[in-house]
Amino acid sequence: MNNMKCDVVIIGGGPAGLAAAIAAKQEGAEKVLIVERDHALGGILQQCIHPGFGLTRFGEELTGPEYYSRFVDQANELGVEYMLGAMVLQVNNETNEVICTGSEYGLACIQAGSIVLAMGCRERTRAGIMVPGTRPSGLFTAGSAQRLVNRQNIMVGKKVVILGSGDIGMIMARRMSLEGAKVVMVVELMDYLAGLTRNRVQCLDDFGIPLKLSHTITRIEGDERVTGVWVAPVDENKKPIAEQAELVECDTVLFSVGLLPENELTRKAGIEINPVTNGPAVNQYMQTSSPSVFACGNVVHVNDLVDNVSAESAVAGKYAAMYAMGKLKDAQKNVPCVTGRNVRYLCPQSIDANQKDGKVTLYFRVLQPEQKVTLVARCGDEILAKHKEILVNPGEMNHLTIDTNMISGSDVTVEVVKEA
Amino acid sequence: MKKEIICTVCPRGCHINVEGEGEKILSMEGYGCKRGVTYATAEFTNPVRILTTLVKIDGVDGELLPVRSANPVPKEKLFDCMEIIRKTKVGVPLKMHDVIIKNICDTGVDIVATKAVK
Ligand SMILES: Cc1cc2nc3c(=O)[nH]c(=O)nc-3n(C[C@H](O)[C@H](O)[C@H](O)COP(=O)(O)OP(=O)(O)OC[C@H]3O[C@@H](n4cnc5c(N)ncnc54)[C@H](O)[C@@H]3O)c2cc1C
Ligand code: SF4
Repeated sequence: MNNMKCDVVIIGGGPAGLAAAIAAKQEGAEKVLIVERDHALGGILQQCIHPGFGLTRFGEELTGPEYYSRFVDQANELGVEYMLGAMVLQVNNETNEVICTGSEYGLACIQAGSIVLAMGCRERTRAGIMVPGTRPSGLFTAGSAQRLVNRQNIMVGKKVVILGSGDIGMIMARRMSLEGAKVVMVVELMDYLAGLTRNRVQCLDDFGIPLKLSHTITRIEGDERVTGVWVAPVDENKKPIAEQAELVECDTVLFSVGLLPENELTRKAGIEINPVTNGPAVNQYMQTSSPSVFACGNVVHVNDLVDNVSAESAVAGKYAAMYAMGKLKDAQKNVPCVTGRNVRYLCPQSIDANQKDGKVTLYFRVLQPEQKVTLVARCGDEILAKHKEILVNPGEMNHLTIDTNMISGSDVTVEVVKEA
Repeated sequence: MKKEIICTVCPRGCHINVEGEGEKILSMEGYGCKRGVTYATAEFTNPVRILTTLVKIDGVDGELLPVRSANPVPKEKLFDCMEIIRKTKVGVPLKMHDVIIKNICDTGVDIVATKAVK
């Protein structure tokens, strides 16, 4: 086995891994190594050729490749090291070792001061949501179709139905329309859009693609290739109304039904996983239940904005570097973050109340869309932060920044309060 | 002419109803704030979009060059631009933001590379 040593090892070279590496270097870690299974850096952004990235961080609308290229340039200047085409097989958090394999390196063992998990997420597949019917060709997850079209120049179909109104599905609707395919409709189970309104306008409305809210696909038809799908409205309990099902002709179905953090390695290492996010539970340093292991980006919770990923990952990189250099003290007073009214999950899930610089940003998603609300973070009766919003919805992440010096009680609760 | 415009400036996504002729707006309702007026005016009189797509690389199979319009182009010209871009092949090496097609469809906007290729 090939043995290596470094201060901070980062698993995954997407925007999360790159941002963490840059921050770790800036914090003073000497040898920072990214291990990436793909033959290039950039992660999912390599296939996201559309604009809409970086409005917060860079103040301009960049495409995915432009966004990660900036990070790669910066990482190169700072002397971040990479292993490409190297797949991590195991994380050993007791010995702080990462085992990986790649044709160039064979089997390698990397001994590190700290480890950053930045493996991103994968798509929920059709099996994960179970649509009955045959299993012909022409069924793709939206992301795998995006990869085929944008990275391999393979057109996946001519007449397309998309299940799920997530951003990837809508972005593929535009992409396929521009390439001359007909997108027949986007079918969404819920009575609201899953993705961003901007994408509905620029990817569906611009191309006259109908959005069928409160509808679902009940059956897939076709032997070798898909020939059509049955689309039915659903009742208030989300049960399809079979009598109203209609056959819609198509040769391709894209599933855009959500993403799941990629956490096999995390689970195998025995690191605590949050059941709602499906990612490791972290404190404000993005530190997992295993103190030498940090995590950031979509592996922790699925983000819709890469700028949030970058911000969170810079935190992970900074503290991972401090840990490796022996500068991060063990958390003294861990206070759990609790979800209150209309909050589905929170990240981080706990806060070390003794942090010196005091400011912590809590990211969260709501359960239900709601209008005219106040977002509140409180400790007992004391309000730590609040912010008014005209509208909140599960598709767009919210955040509040609190001051840890104000935490006096035993937990921090975030809730959505309806205005009177 | 009447048009319903969904404002994308903030997450509220107001549905704004605009009535007007050509560049002239006669009435507008449904906006939640002033930013919506600016947005709906632009959307009504001259809707523009950033176009992103891929260009074939000469002599390379299975890898495409991601490109964008350096600035937004009129919405109704998106398909005309695609027509031209589809017929284009580029040679490598290329630097980030190298111009691939100058002044596409007389829009005054260039199509540029969004990735460097060695
Ligand atoms: C299709 C799509 C469209 C989007 N559109 C927008 C948008 O318009 N605007 C916006 O702001 N955000 C958008 N986002 C969100 C944003 O891009 C992502 O949240 C962000 O890229 C996530 O970064 P990441 O580094 O966590 O994950 P990824 O980019 O997925 O990177 C993870 C990396 O880890 C590697 N990896 C995984 N497991 C291993 C292993 N065992 N060993 C080695 N390497 C491994 C993977 O190969 C990958 O390179 C979009 C996301 C998607 C999927
Ligand atoms: S009009 Fe104002 S409030 Fe309404 S969506 Fe646009 S920016 Fe938001």
